[in-house]
Amino acid sequence: MDRQGTAHLAAERAGDRLRVTLGGAWDIRHPRPGIDGVLSQLSAATPPARVEFESSGLGKFDSTLISCLLQLARGASERGVEFDFASLPEGVDDLLEMALAVPEKRDASGGVTEVSFFSRVGSASLAMVDGLFDLFSFIGECLFAFGRLFTGRARFRRRDMWVTMQECGAEALPIVSLINLLIGMILAFVGSQQLGSMGANLFVANLVALAMTREMASIMTGIIMSGRTGAAFAAQLGSMKTNQEIDALRTFGFSAVDFLVLPRMLALIVMMPLLTIYASVVGMVGGLLVGMLTGLTFQQYFDQTMRALDFTSCAIGVGKSIVFGVIIAAAGCLRGMQCGNSSSAVGTAATAAVVTAITAIIAADCLFAVLLSILGI
Amino acid sequence: MATGDTAGEAHVEVRDLTMAYGSFVLMRDLNFTVRRGDVFIIMGGSGCGKSTLLRHMIGLKEPARGEVLYGGESFTAAPPGRREQMVRNFGVMYQSGALWTSMTLAENVALPLEQYTDLSKREVRDIVAYKLALVGLSGFEDFYPADISGGMNKRAGLARAMALDPEILFFDEPSAGLDPLSAKRLDDLILHLAESLGSTVVVVTHELASIFAIGTNSVFLDVESRTMAASGDPGQLRDRSPREDVRLFLNRGVADGKSFPNGAPAATNGGDRGDRDRPAGPPDR
Repeated sequence: MDRQGTAHLAAERAGDRLRVTLGGAWDIRHPRPGIDGVLSQLSAATPPARVEFESSGLGKFDSTLISCLLQLARGASERGVEFDFASLPEGVDDLLEMALAVPEKRDASGGVTEVSFFSRVGSASLAMVDGLFDLFSFIGECLFAFGRLFTGRARFRRRDMWVTMQECGAEALPIVSLINLLIGMILAFVGSQQLGSMGANLFVANLVALAMTREMASIMTGIIMSGRTGAAFAAQLGSMKTNQEIDALRTFGFSAVDFLVLPRMLALIVMMPLLTIYASVVGMVGGLLVGMLTGLTFQQYFDQTMRALDFTSCAIGVGKSIVFGVIIAAAGCLRGMQCGNSSSAVGTAATAAVVTAITAIIAADCLFAVLLSILGI
Repeated sequence: MATGDTAGEAHVEVRDLTMAYGSFVLMRDLNFTVRRGDVFIIMGGSGCGKSTLLRHMIGLKEPARGEVLYGGESFTAAPPGRREQMVRNFGVMYQSGALWTSMTLAENVALPLEQYTDLSKREVRDIVAYKLALVGLSGFEDFYPADISGGMNKRAGLARAMALDPEILFFDEPSAGLDPLSAKRLDDLILHLAESLGSTVVVVTHELASIFAIGTNSVFLDVESRTMAASGDPGQLRDRSPREDVRLFLNRGVADGKSFPNGAPAATNGGDRGDRDRPAGPPDR
């Protein structure tokens, strides 16, 4: 028999024995025979009592042979057929016995099990309830933390707060400027098309001033900060959790909420209104540029803007931005703290933080619109 | 700080502790006592719940049943404020070091001192320098955890754990991922600390060399029966435990002159639940 030839495996029934002939060179880079034929002989109507091997024609072999024999050995033991290790060549039986030394774990909870539609609906609902529970306990912990802050008992590093303020304030200026300038210009373009056709081009200034201060500046800044800062918070806290840093805080008796959430939330509560005021001004500059393109003078546009601006709209915009700041920080920190223990979980947490923050900002803005219209402001 | 005349009394008591992940029971009915001044080893095969037991003892996980007591006072039942106070007597060294990565080594060690003591800046700096020197990291004050090797991270984690001179030190796999010499040095350091400061030490490990070098008392967790198989002095357990699997474990699979080349029959096939085995870090400097 050719020991260098193609791998082959043949099974032959001899009385109550199944004789398996192994031959050729078993190599992961070359085709190998399947074992279904042998397994089907094992499950024949009158199964053999014993599996024996004939391996004089066996050449070089690698793991492909062992894995094939492992399947056979498992198949044999499932069907109560004796498996003759001794007839296997030296080396093969050692490796095989080593692989079989520890029984296959069948009750592993991580195993894939068929789940019915109802059990999936059930576990999804339970997960949702858990999520809500997490959310409310997080909000509760944040309230307690603010309570400790006002009574001067909250423990966190002031430096963390200043660094975060710099990151989410000064360093966000370029992107906030760009986006809000463009938003101001878009508003002015759309406005001048409509108002210009009625000869009321000057009122573009009113449109831009009111829309920016009341709505757009806070919303756009909120969305930018969700993507920029909310995601960063989630990723920071998530990787701290993965690295057991949050555990380390807890075993030093530091509250993770005091130490990590408070400085971030304070930084955004201070920075969001400032950014929003800045964004409103930049948006109005965008409107001015477009206004001057469409034939208004600087003086006309400026005077009209000053007449249009009122304290209420500005206050509404700033008030909303504080709420959005709290939302962004809370979403980022909550998702970060919920992060699992792997590097992909950190990415998931960052994504979830952005989605949560943007959804919550739009929902909150909608709520503001309804409330303000009911109050007639 | 424990003194000579309190040595020997119960410091930590674990009573009827059952640990579970949801409905999956990891270990049940654990009962043991750590005496003051003990170097207490928690051992067992991979994935049997050693690290999870440690997490229960330091309050990072809540027991499904049973309680943990410190100096006779229940830690499990303590209200959050009292717990925070009790936790300040702990020093915990995590498997990966778990240093706060946004701070330098000096800031890591200084943080508990700044928050819990009214030492002056200069005193804090002196204590930090001393603690870092103890673990052989003099001169690394201004390095960030990412700039140093895995072994140095662990040692810095030890310096931080010792910052407040805790009454009880917990170590999660202190020598995992260290080269033999660094592992030996760390063992010596642990022994030295336990003796000179009178601290109680609880170590999770399955390094036999460490177990016999430092352990004065131990508990052996058995993955098959999901409870503790033995407790006592590890040296005596090795020679005289009535349980064969415990003797095999402590003799590296060689028991009564018979060897098991494929590993001890007390199979350790529990997966890596609760036991974060990490690949070996870069060599220690």
